[in-house]
Amino acid sequence: MAAAEKIIGSRIKRREDPRLITGEAKYLEDIQLPGLLHAAILRSPHAHAKIKSIDTSKAAKHPGVVAVYAGKDFADVNPMPCAWQAGKVKNNVNTPRVLEIDRVTFTGAGIAVVVAEDRYTAQDALELIHVDYEVLPAVVDAEKATKSGAPQLHENAPNNIAVEWTCGTQDATDRALKEADVVVKQRMINQRLIPTPMETRGCIAQYQAATEEWTVWMTSQAPHVMRLLMTAFVFGVPETKMRVISPQVGGGFGAKIFLYPEYCLMAALSRKIGRPVKWMETRSENYIATTHGRDHITEIEVGAKRDGTITALKVNTYANLGGVLSTIAPGIPTTLYGRMLSGTYRIPNIFCHVYGVYTNTGMVDAYRGAGRPEATYVIERAVDLVAHELGLDPVAVRRKNFIPPEAFPYDPVILNGLKYDSGQYEKALDLALKMLGYENFRKEQAEARKQGRYLGVGFSSYVEICGVAPSAWIGLPGEGWGAGLWESANVRVHLTGKVVVTTGSQSHGQGHETSVAQVVAGELGISVDDVIVQHSDTLGTPFGYGTYGSRSTAVGTVAVYNSLQKIKEKAKLLGAHMLEAAPEDVVYEDGKVFVKGSPDQSKTIQEIAGAAALAYSLPAGMEPFLDNTSYYDPPNCTFPFGTHICVVEVDKESGEVKIKRYIAIDDVGKVINPMIVEGQVHGGIVQGVAQALWEGAVYDDNGQLLTGSLMDYAIPKADFFPTFETDRTETPTPVNPLGVKGAGETGTIASTPAVVNAVVDALAPFGVKHMDMPVTPPKIWRVLQGNGG
Amino acid sequence: MYPSNFDYQRAASVADAIQKGSSDGAKFLAGGHSLLPALKLRLNEPESLVDIGRLDALKGISVSGSSVKIGALSTHAQIATSADVKKHAPALASACGQVGDPAVRNRGTLGGNLAHADPASDPPTVVLALGGKLHLQGSGGNRVVAAEDFFLDLFTTDLNPGELITAVEIPSIGQAKSAYVKMAHPASRYAVVGVCVVLEVSGGKCSKARVAVGGATPKATLSAAAANVLVGSSLDAAALDAAAKALTSDLSDVMGDVYAPEDYRRAMAGVYLKRAVRAALG
Repeated sequence: MAAAEKIIGSRIKRREDPRLITGEAKYLEDIQLPGLLHAAILRSPHAHAKIKSIDTSKAAKHPGVVAVYAGKDFADVNPMPCAWQAGKVKNNVNTPRVLEIDRVTFTGAGIAVVVAEDRYTAQDALELIHVDYEVLPAVVDAEKATKSGAPQLHENAPNNIAVEWTCGTQDATDRALKEADVVVKQRMINQRLIPTPMETRGCIAQYQAATEEWTVWMTSQAPHVMRLLMTAFVFGVPETKMRVISPQVGGGFGAKIFLYPEYCLMAALSRKIGRPVKWMETRSENYIATTHGRDHITEIEVGAKRDGTITALKVNTYANLGGVLSTIAPGIPTTLYGRMLSGTYRIPNIFCHVYGVYTNTGMVDAYRGAGRPEATYVIERAVDLVAHELGLDPVAVRRKNFIPPEAFPYDPVILNGLKYDSGQYEKALDLALKMLGYENFRKEQAEARKQGRYLGVGFSSYVEICGVAPSAWIGLPGEGWGAGLWESANVRVHLTGKVVVTTGSQSHGQGHETSVAQVVAGELGISVDDVIVQHSDTLGTPFGYGTYGSRSTAVGTVAVYNSLQKIKEKAKLLGAHMLEAAPEDVVYEDGKVFVKGSPDQSKTIQEIAGAAALAYSLPAGMEPFLDNTSYYDPPNCTFPFGTHICVVEVDKESGEVKIKRYIAIDDVGKVINPMIVEGQVHGGIVQGVAQALWEGAVYDDNGQLLTGSLMDYAIPKADFFPTFETDRTETPTPVNPLGVKGAGETGTIASTPAVVNAVVDALAPFGVKHMDMPVTPPKIWRVLQGNGG
Repeated sequence: MYPSNFDYQRAASVADAIQKGSSDGAKFLAGGHSLLPALKLRLNEPESLVDIGRLDALKGISVSGSSVKIGALSTHAQIATSADVKKHAPALASACGQVGDPAVRNRGTLGGNLAHADPASDPPTVVLALGGKLHLQGSGGNRVVAAEDFFLDLFTTDLNPGELITAVEIPSIGQAKSAYVKMAHPASRYAVVGVCVVLEVSGGKCSKARVAVGGATPKATLSAAAANVLVGSSLDAAALDAAAKALTSDLSDVMGDVYAPEDYRRAMAGVYLKRAVRAALG
């Protein structure tokens, strides 16, 4: 299939870009409906308080205001569900309500809503609502929240513990640590991040009383799941009563996976008022009311032999989950974190203990990488700490402990039955080192130090988990997801030969309309221009779990692929009929069916599709039309890997860090469109480096977010970076027939420890072994002040 | 993110602007790049905005005698690219080129910027170091105020209600050397510390110096102590270290925040003074 190989793997331009670049794409904010009302939400200014009373009478009388409601007006609407109750979460789940009724546990929780003819009026009227609070003491630190005497957020969660979870074997790990030649201990903070998609969240709900049906537009990465959760769990109605549409979505990074109270509030308001209601989040709201990511306090102990062989890793983590639980919050610091702590290494003994903790802060849930960046940070810092302790080269320690290629499929034991699919870790490392010119770099570094210039190099040899997930694994009792994670696709070859694909997954920047079309074009032997990919509307697309965890290609596109095989089988049957040949004698190649060896006499897919649709001459028993729906449940996850290298120079006087080089070797399996993969890798690196050097959400002790705007919260800018030096190795996964692993998150997962390792390496002459992120100039300066700098 | 109600009036002339701007609760609107964010956050809720953006009398950059006169409505982008400013006040062109991003520089104005008096903004520091004078016009007539008398405190200036900045006059640096350097905050790109130096050098020695610091203190500040150390020196490494030391001990009322604590800002004023001198000397 020469043509197929050509289009699959080619660098074609994204088909969605013209409408995005010209501003013609329709985002939620672009949608206007007749009679549309606007909602503004009053949010708690306190992180922890009882609501004693709310007086909405003045606001209700404000000209232009249609209605004002408080939490008690929605007492009949269920709280949001927590869909991933990992870690034996039992009776201590606390989730947001559409509006809180008598208590708030974080600054930004919604407590009242104004609906008005325009959003300025709604905003004005918010200031007329009087709330009487009884302010309670707050706690924002996950570790402190578990200690006796800490303010208690929820009666059903003693010591604020929402989740307690372990993986691995404690006894064996303790024994191995006791027997190790060296044990390195380190406390490390993986700070809280604010996802900051370019488009904030929003929702429009329209209720039709006659049919008791809703149409809801929302900025969601998972419209089918939103429909299911809103109808079945929050409103207690059949899912057929709601249609959910994700219009063009301007980035999500995970934060748009979840069911938020505002979406249910709009649905409830529209049902009460009988007119469509819109809410578009402001950036200030986005920073306090949309989920955050990371926020771990971790203590590690790593044991090793003198030669650098790692024998044991013990990890204890306090994961901050915020004031209430977001949709899949407990699953992130457990399944997606603890189970990936072995990294690219053979580590015979691992034990991980996690507390998921309530604090008086915004909700924390999946953010690009979701658990794997935290795990990769732990293990990649741990390897450097071992190297430092033993006086070994960090590259040598990585090599010493790598899982060798012949060991795949590799069972790291803590993965609860899954195995790493395929990997060539040393090959990726070697390619990266070659690009760096490692030996020369160490000479240059030594030379520079003599001149008082501090260069550093940092490595990160990562593996991550994508293509989530086999339903039987993720849905296992105790693991807590409580659902499957398959994907679906429908492929229809229309009368004219044009192909329409509908998928249950969703695209908010990943380029599915291009990469899926490439697979269709390649498999069917047709032009990409003859393929239309539709998604993001529950009306007309098969159910899917949505787009996150780099799963849309490794799971969703495999469903497309499977349908294409069934379409081709049927096309062969019909083509043979049309050629008056025996079905077993024909082949499908380059968009044509012909008798093997006789390509001159052929029927094109367009001709066959026409015949299938017109249907007046079909083989006996064949149904009309080329149409197939597939549901694909993957047998395993996929495990992309690679090595990233960062070179920095630290200015001794100011602590400023300059990134001099950034090298990324990623192995994401087979690649459908290299340009899309590179885009994903570049964006991911930028976000991951930003965690290392600039970003960090800071709450004060009263639970006020001090970094509540883009004036204070430092998202990365293009001029902070050198040109990235990227390349790939290609190790196909045996898990799926496309050989694809997933490329959406490798950059954020790999880059963060590479940068921190580089800064620590630069500061080695000052005795620095570890620094917590973000490694800002003021922090470096302070360390140098105390270390003879 | 949604301003409260306000009236909008467009001024027909400078006199009209002054009259409209003198009423209670009125604010002048020029480029709007400091004012509008404050309105959107409802940190500022004026009753009316008097739009002066179309007053030609406040536009234009010209050279007369030994000074360059910059109309208050000149945008940062116009100043950054003006041949006259680059020649006579290169540090100001450089600073205006470092304000915000291209969108901000193409809308934001020098007059609006100085009237806002954000200590972390770049132009106040440079206008102060260059010995700039502000031409003001109000109901009481015209007056000229030196930059060092204009900035009073955090977001506070000598402007009376209804009084406008019409132009900023900068004496040409002539043969002197100058530079403005800043440590930009990674989020806002405002100055954590910004330092501007103007140096006259003859016979290998510094004969005259002005040093201004922004970002670190509630208002842009001149440091005579640092300048005195530079004057008479050959601007060598030892002199720069001594000047940096003088500057860090001279600064009072240094601010600190989540990102950069007070002691760091103070130390960086010294580090950036040295960089500014080196940049000025090229």
